[in-house]
Amino acid sequence: MATAALPLAFLAVFFAWPLVAIFRRSLVVDGALDVPVDVLTASSTWDVAWFTLWQATVSTILTLVAGLPFAWALARFSFPGRSMVEALVLVPFVLPTIVVATAFIALLPDGVERSVWAILLAHVFFNVAVVVRVVGAFWAGLDERLWDAAATLGAGPLERWRRLTLPLLAPALASAASIVFLFCFTSFGVIVVLGGVRYSTLETEIYNQAVRLFDLRTAAALALIQLAAVVAVVVVSGVLERRLGGARRRGRAAPRPTGRRAGVVAAVVALSLGLLVLPPLALVVRSLQVGSGYGTDHFAALFDATPALLVTPWHAVLNSLLFATVAAAIALAVGVPAAISVARGSRGLDALLMLPLGASAAMLGFGFLLAFADPPLDLRSSLAIVPLAQALVATPFVVRSLVPALRARDERLPEAAAVLGATPAQVRREIELPLLARPLAVAAGLAFAVALGEFGATVFVVRADWPTLPVAIFRFLGRPGADNVGTAMALCVVLMALVTVVALVSQRAVRHGSR
Amino acid sequence: MRALATLCYKVALGLTVMAGAAVLGAGCGGGGSEPTDVVLVTHDSFAISKGVKAAFERESGLELRILQGGDANETLNKALLTAGDPQGDVIFGIDDSILSRALQGDLLEEYRSPELASLQPDFSSPDPHVTPIDHGEVCLNVDRGWFASHRIAPPKTLDDLVRSRYRNLLVVENPATSSPGLAFLLATIATFGDRWETYWRALRANGVLVVDGWEEAYTQQFSGAAGSPGKRPIVVSYASSPAAEVIYASKPIERAPTAAIENGCYRQVEYAGVLRGAHNEKGAHELIDFMLSRRFQADVPTSMFVYPVRAGVPLPETFVRNAIVPEHPLSLPPHEIDANRDRWLATWTDIVVR
Repeated sequence: MATAALPLAFLAVFFAWPLVAIFRRSLVVDGALDVPVDVLTASSTWDVAWFTLWQATVSTILTLVAGLPFAWALARFSFPGRSMVEALVLVPFVLPTIVVATAFIALLPDGVERSVWAILLAHVFFNVAVVVRVVGAFWAGLDERLWDAAATLGAGPLERWRRLTLPLLAPALASAASIVFLFCFTSFGVIVVLGGVRYSTLETEIYNQAVRLFDLRTAAALALIQLAAVVAVVVVSGVLERRLGGARRRGRAAPRPTGRRAGVVAAVVALSLGLLVLPPLALVVRSLQVGSGYGTDHFAALFDATPALLVTPWHAVLNSLLFATVAAAIALAVGVPAAISVARGSRGLDALLMLPLGASAAMLGFGFLLAFADPPLDLRSSLAIVPLAQALVATPFVVRSLVPALRARDERLPEAAAVLGATPAQVRREIELPLLARPLAVAAGLAFAVALGEFGATVFVVRADWPTLPVAIFRFLGRPGADNVGTAMALCVVLMALVTVVALVSQRAVRHGSR
Repeated sequence: MRALATLCYKVALGLTVMAGAAVLGAGCGGGGSEPTDVVLVTHDSFAISKGVKAAFERESGLELRILQGGDANETLNKALLTAGDPQGDVIFGIDDSILSRALQGDLLEEYRSPELASLQPDFSSPDPHVTPIDHGEVCLNVDRGWFASHRIAPPKTLDDLVRSRYRNLLVVENPATSSPGLAFLLATIATFGDRWETYWRALRANGVLVVDGWEEAYTQQFSGAAGSPGKRPIVVSYASSPAAEVIYASKPIERAPTAAIENGCYRQVEYAGVLRGAHNEKGAHELIDFMLSRRFQADVPTSMFVYPVRAGVPLPETFVRNAIVPEHPLSLPPHEIDANRDRWLATWTDIVVR
């Protein structure tokens, strides 16, 4: 299918090729395939795999439980400051993990700070945004008169939830759950910092074996297990989503909550927001701590030359904006046709596009070093590789934001247009894209934010004279002295502010544009 | 709304085309004539003052591009992965503990810099594949304020750390994942020989805290670092760390709130080498010569908190007042480290973590 050509080419060149290169290097010895049977059958391997599966499952369930009430309040009601709240939700999601982990260590009581609970909590904190965004965008598109009708027909709250809400939301739930699961399954920074030396997942063990111990054979074996698990998750979630899918769009705007509902909505929003805002707030406080008092010195220092970077920290902010813009553009250019193909039933593409979320960043980074060594794709020290790597991670978000909305849209509109003589290109331009305005804006905002906060892949390919914001934060945290920590915290605050602004703008654009 | 969505998509496509063009441009620009840049592959801790970098570029006529990728060990592994078709021309940051692997990996070209003659005698005759650039000293650091207010004398030797008065006070880095952590383990092996296992059992019994990396140990767990929420007043860090506390203090301070302990320091020499298959071998030689020049050597204390290897390069005033240069640092031969490291790490993990 022509629509799928661009996404497929993108995946083939920037995902499949580097992975093939590193697996070949790791597992082919003197022309013969060396299957690492001993690693694949070792009990220590399966201990790690089991813990990975367990923590990802529990994290996903907890994230859904924590995110659903919030998504409900935001999707179904309008209240003062709602767009601000929607924007703030995105902040945790793009913070570099080392920063969040630092905030968690500062906030959590002594006994909890290095336990499996800290890992689960941090995963919930990170991923709530996915549930709120993916489920929320879909929920807002459902016709609330269904609930009114159900209530009129005598269905109680529990029955309405069980027989109406849950089945209607199921495709978006499956979509969000699979993203969250993949994130937790391949989580790296949270496990390393909060898990300390006691807990390791497949991803941390792959990194350990490949990058630290340079045992590529073991790393490749673990990466194969991880990849197989990821494929299984993607396929299952795809099947679920299709089985469950297909709701209609609503007509009316979200109402203001009234009566007892208003209290519930206020409580849900306040509680969720409180928990989400606490760690970032701790960072803001720390960015303002100067010696024993408070001041804005660390923010002023963003414009000064520093030995930690080859440019001023402010340049890192500008670099990040530039890279993230290009990355979001690539992610949209690849993701929109991909989403259209997927919604039309191209199952394989859906699964393929999710894979970069689940592949090990370390193996992919090593693959980049091997694959992009020679012209015409001699990209190892090129600037273009940065937004490309970021787009690889951001594209699944574009697809996932668009597909449920595409599936739920009224098929009769494009059909009617076609009957009236519109060409396929016209249908796409005049009917499909405009109908997608809101999910498209959400997708663009999400892609930009993901690219802005991306660290794991970026750090493998970024050049020292063009650092991004998260890379700069990482460099400052790696140097001694209160000033460096202060500058790192100030940069975190800038990153959080940028994400909030981007999210606000993408929502505003939709609102002003629609009706 | 319709116009907006269409516009949005057009802008995205346009930007993608531009990015594509940039990719191809970068790909095509690489081939051909005299190289105009030299690429340094190094670890995350590498730093150079802007003026010093500009001086090299002015004198050599080459643009200096720097690629950083993880810690020293990870940087070496990436270089080994791409041996023969390297990412850059010069690698910097190979220390003693990984030197053997670099030499066995058929990674480096021989190069003897004419500047070697100007180095301190300890450093002037290295393996011909590598050139020493700086040395750092991994030492115990103590929070002076904590020990003063608790009326306890700070520890003076490694032996002191197992005494009950220092119970639950020490934080160290995991030697499997951290370079100063490994140096500290090597320091205990160099000091106690075969009895090092007994020593670590005693350290564990005395409540040593192990964390993954230096950042967490120093900025999160050590009580002496400015702004740290940490509660432990003894940490494995560097001889120069107290000077860093003064240089980066939020408000100017006279004396560092921390001090390095002279006894039990372990020396880490950092080497540079010319990567086999370098695109700009001549530029690589010029860069290594420059890294041994008085100008670069005088810059390393304040930019990387390590010490120069060149003779007669004075240390900055802050270093003279707050840092130490241990007179008899510990060290082990690279081949001995290489032959035993995996076994030592496995034993250490069994003793301390399990």
